[in-house]
Amino acid sequence: MSMSGRGEAARHLRQERLLYLLSPIALLILWQLAIMAGLGDRRFVPAPTDIAERFWLLCISGELPWDTVVTLWRILAGFLIGAIPGIALGLAMAMWRGVRIVVDPLIAALFPIPKLALMPLILLAFGFGETSKIVVVAIGAFFPVIVNTYAGAANIDKIYIDVARNYGASPRVMFTRVVFYGALPLIFAGLRVALAISFIIGTAAEFIAAKSGIGYLIWSSWELLQVDAMFVGIVTIGLLGVITSTLFIEVERKVIPWKAP
Amino acid sequence: MTTEPARKGAKIEIAGLRKIFETPRGTVEAIADIDLHIAAGEFFCIVGPSGCGKSTLLRILAGLERQSAGTIAVDSAGWAVENAMVFQDSGLFPWMSVEENVGFGLMTRGVPAAERAVRVEAAMRLVGLTQFRRHFPHQLSGGMRQRGAIARAFVTDPAVLYMDEPFAALDAQNRTILQEELVRLWETTGKTVVYITHSIDEALFLGDRTAVMTAHPGRIKEIIDVPFPHPRNLMELSVTPVFGELKLKIWRVLEDEVNRARASEDGA
Repeated sequence: MSMSGRGEAARHLRQERLLYLLSPIALLILWQLAIMAGLGDRRFVPAPTDIAERFWLLCISGELPWDTVVTLWRILAGFLIGAIPGIALGLAMAMWRGVRIVVDPLIAALFPIPKLALMPLILLAFGFGETSKIVVVAIGAFFPVIVNTYAGAANIDKIYIDVARNYGASPRVMFTRVVFYGALPLIFAGLRVALAISFIIGTAAEFIAAKSGIGYLIWSSWELLQVDAMFVGIVTIGLLGVITSTLFIEVERKVIPWKAP
Repeated sequence: MTTEPARKGAKIEIAGLRKIFETPRGTVEAIADIDLHIAAGEFFCIVGPSGCGKSTLLRILAGLERQSAGTIAVDSAGWAVENAMVFQDSGLFPWMSVEENVGFGLMTRGVPAAERAVRVEAAMRLVGLTQFRRHFPHQLSGGMRQRGAIARAFVTDPAVLYMDEPFAALDAQNRTILQEELVRLWETTGKTVVYITHSIDEALFLGDRTAVMTAHPGRIKEIIDVPFPHPRNLMELSVTPVFGELKLKIWRVLEDEVNRARASEDGA
């Protein structure tokens, strides 16, 4: 591709990203106009400007930044603690039949269980502290990662395995230079799903078993009927999701440069 | 003006080779009773109808599959590596740069990094890929990728090169250029080459001898000498009367087998 062609492609990409903002902004304007026109009870459905005002107040009081830090810490710690063994075990399942025979039925039985249904059990085991929230997020993140990693590693194009064997790859080289990299695109697909699930489970766990965090902010505001503060929590989670997902795509681009665009 | 290479590749002796596959619908005999003697440094081509087991034969020779019966003796004394295979689809790892791909067979065998770099550089120069060392395979054309696969094979200094229709997916011009390059590499390195193709032209351009295989199960039906001297000019060769006669001769041997293969496919 020529340099000018590349520049043009980049400009198109920037344009497209700006256009992405169009529909959310239009939605917010419609919402504001509807509330101002008297459609809906402002106590239950606040206008975007009400939410923005409360957002600002919660920011300067330090409440929202602190809740954000707490929630992010729980979600990211749980995500990593769940994802790393998920990758390792998924690769092991693809490499060794024995591991797959042991692990496969456990996945089939445990994956469909709603992880929040385990929350009472986890509270019994780990108490009411930070650990219990991190554990439930980790369990939720683990399953999509292990399933995708295994699928990626088990379905590597046979020719790469043939080449590696023909060119004298040891099991270690086969594992670290062929199977792992071959599975990497699907590992990342799994990580992305796991990140979204971590947000869902992390927030929901804070509804029922926390005294801090965005989930707690949403739930306690609801109990006090502070609907605008509740919306602040919901919007914050949405924003955090967008930011982490954007960062994630950048990381993926760096780690998998060979993936055709 | 042929420069005789300093050493010759491995001699290959194949005796009573059979391969039987177990399938849900019963056993299938892929190749049966193959006896072959391939001389040291020979360029040996195999043609046959599709599905005749020629790829299976090559995979067994390359150690990617085990024969059901029979023996293979490869005398590769004096060579670093017994064999290296070049596949139809280049099989370059998409996650490695061209450089890393070419050096793969050296890395697996623990060749020190400094020596590896020198040998990889030389191999890439041989196939004209030095400017593309940091490219990923998806950034290269099909012909470039196949050059990379050939460099990856030659760099390990194998006694035998197994090639499974390596140029079948290329366009005609690229194919001719790569055939010329391959012949030149073979003439200077003296390796034994076992080359599978479905193109009679290609077998005549490249080979010292051409074996025609039968369909279901694969046997060696006939071996035809290709008497053209080296170095060969492929385009000039293709307009000589001897070339035409040999092509027809091989086609006559092959024709029955192609028809037989098609008939059994229709019946299945």
